[in-house]
Amino acid sequence: MCRPMSRPALAYIVGAFEHPTRDAGDKTLAQLQADVALGALADAGLGKDDVDGFFCGPDAPGTGPLSIADYLNLDLRHVDTTNTSGSSYLLHVAHAAQAIAAGKCNVALITLAGRPRTEGRGKGGLVRRDDPNQPDFQWEQPFGMQILNMYGMTAMRHMHLYGTTSEQLAWIKVAASHHAQHNERAYARDVVTVEDVINSPMVADPLHRLDCCVVTDGGGALVVTRPEIARSLKRPLVKVIGTGERPQHQQGGYFEITQSGAAWSGKTAFEQAGVRPADIKYVSLYDSFTITVLLQLEDLGFCAKGEGGRFVMDGNLISGVGRLPFNTDGGGLCNNHPGNRGGMTKIIEAVRQVRGEAHPAVQVANCDLALANGIGGQLGVRHASGTLILERE
Amino acid sequence: MNERVFIEPQPSAETEAFWHAAGEGRFLVKRCTACGKAHWYPRSHCPFCASADTVWEEASGEGVIYSYSVMRRAKPPYVMAYVTLAEGPTMMTNIVDCDPDGLSIGDAVTLRFVTTAEGAALPMFAPKAAAGVVDPAEERP
Repeated sequence: MCRPMSRPALAYIVGAFEHPTRDAGDKTLAQLQADVALGALADAGLGKDDVDGFFCGPDAPGTGPLSIADYLNLDLRHVDTTNTSGSSYLLHVAHAAQAIAAGKCNVALITLAGRPRTEGRGKGGLVRRDDPNQPDFQWEQPFGMQILNMYGMTAMRHMHLYGTTSEQLAWIKVAASHHAQHNERAYARDVVTVEDVINSPMVADPLHRLDCCVVTDGGGALVVTRPEIARSLKRPLVKVIGTGERPQHQQGGYFEITQSGAAWSGKTAFEQAGVRPADIKYVSLYDSFTITVLLQLEDLGFCAKGEGGRFVMDGNLISGVGRLPFNTDGGGLCNNHPGNRGGMTKIIEAVRQVRGEAHPAVQVANCDLALANGIGGQLGVRHASGTLILERE
Repeated sequence: MNERVFIEPQPSAETEAFWHAAGEGRFLVKRCTACGKAHWYPRSHCPFCASADTVWEEASGEGVIYSYSVMRRAKPPYVMAYVTLAEGPTMMTNIVDCDPDGLSIGDAVTLRFVTTAEGAALPMFAPKAAAGVVDPAEERP
């Protein structure tokens, strides 16, 4: 690896916690928020009174960050409720690092919790349809726009342009399932084959049921802090060395839906980190659908545009088998998708890998450099990509 | 077969003219008179040069399928699509009056208004062959 030795320290992720629940009918959203917040702080060796910055998405019930700050009785001087849907939490880490560098806070707490399974949301993949003030509402909702068909159209066009096949997409689910078998909390632990995926019911051409992520309750949280505090704690040091973000949309009607925002967010993050895709030992990629992973692999530069289908074949994403292990917790395709927002759990598994604390069956040897990427919103219409590059110090 | 229920479009002050014309069978797009470019979805400010000089113009109703996805589990199933209009921009729509298994990206399609329960006319598209429109170029002896 050839990179500058004097790269400025951004910030460190010192606490990470994933809620064990997948079905939280017995808990309130506020309880889940508290569980994950206190879990991440305990993991870091910090207490809630150490927190002076709070970051959350609209999954936190109430008025922005205020209701949960009130519930937890946090004493804050910095808040951020950036919302790019499922990728919000990758942006929160980046914004926390910036706030820490600017002296706006010392210990940033980032939370996510949701109960889509209990509340019966997410199964149909309906896009929020309750606000006619959304300028796009009347041009999309009457036509039956759903999350499923936006990703379906993206996959269909990728197949048309590059010859990608359903079998190739299926390899992504197969790899996730190989990892999930080792995760006792994973919602779907059965190892599946390419045939299982392509023989599962077609839901939105060309996506099958097993091309889609699971719907689960749960949550997660992270604690980000400045170097001096991180070094005073007892956890392995996970340094945030590169971040990037990129909203992508229909551009007035002239767009290419097979190009995700990861092409921009990744470039920014790699340039800041001073590393290249070939240096990365492990990737967490938001796997709302198999096609989401494929586009991120291409757009982040792990393979050439259009080569994603060939790249993922034959177990290339399976830890211990392939060249680029991904989502070793089983990801959204198998493990969980708390709040229908998969960005948080992508970061948590990347932290585990960099710390060397992933399940021994999937831990990547000498995993000193990892990347986490999220696509929030919907590929095919409007989304934001967030990229984080993490290094063990 | 179940009747499809559409979400009503709820026209705004910015778009009343579009939906009024659609009700009369005319399909409008917005074009900027400053930079000359047509855009989709229609809005008052040009998304390219930011000029407020945007005007409605009647579009040809001709286009090609940019991408599509058949919603198999909807009742009844429908074909979500993006269609690239002859005027330039690509719009979200549905392909109707078609065999969903016979569609391909790049297929020529033509406008077909579909009416909602409350009477709004939604601009959708049908394959040109199914619409009974014969391309003169293909009409060779």
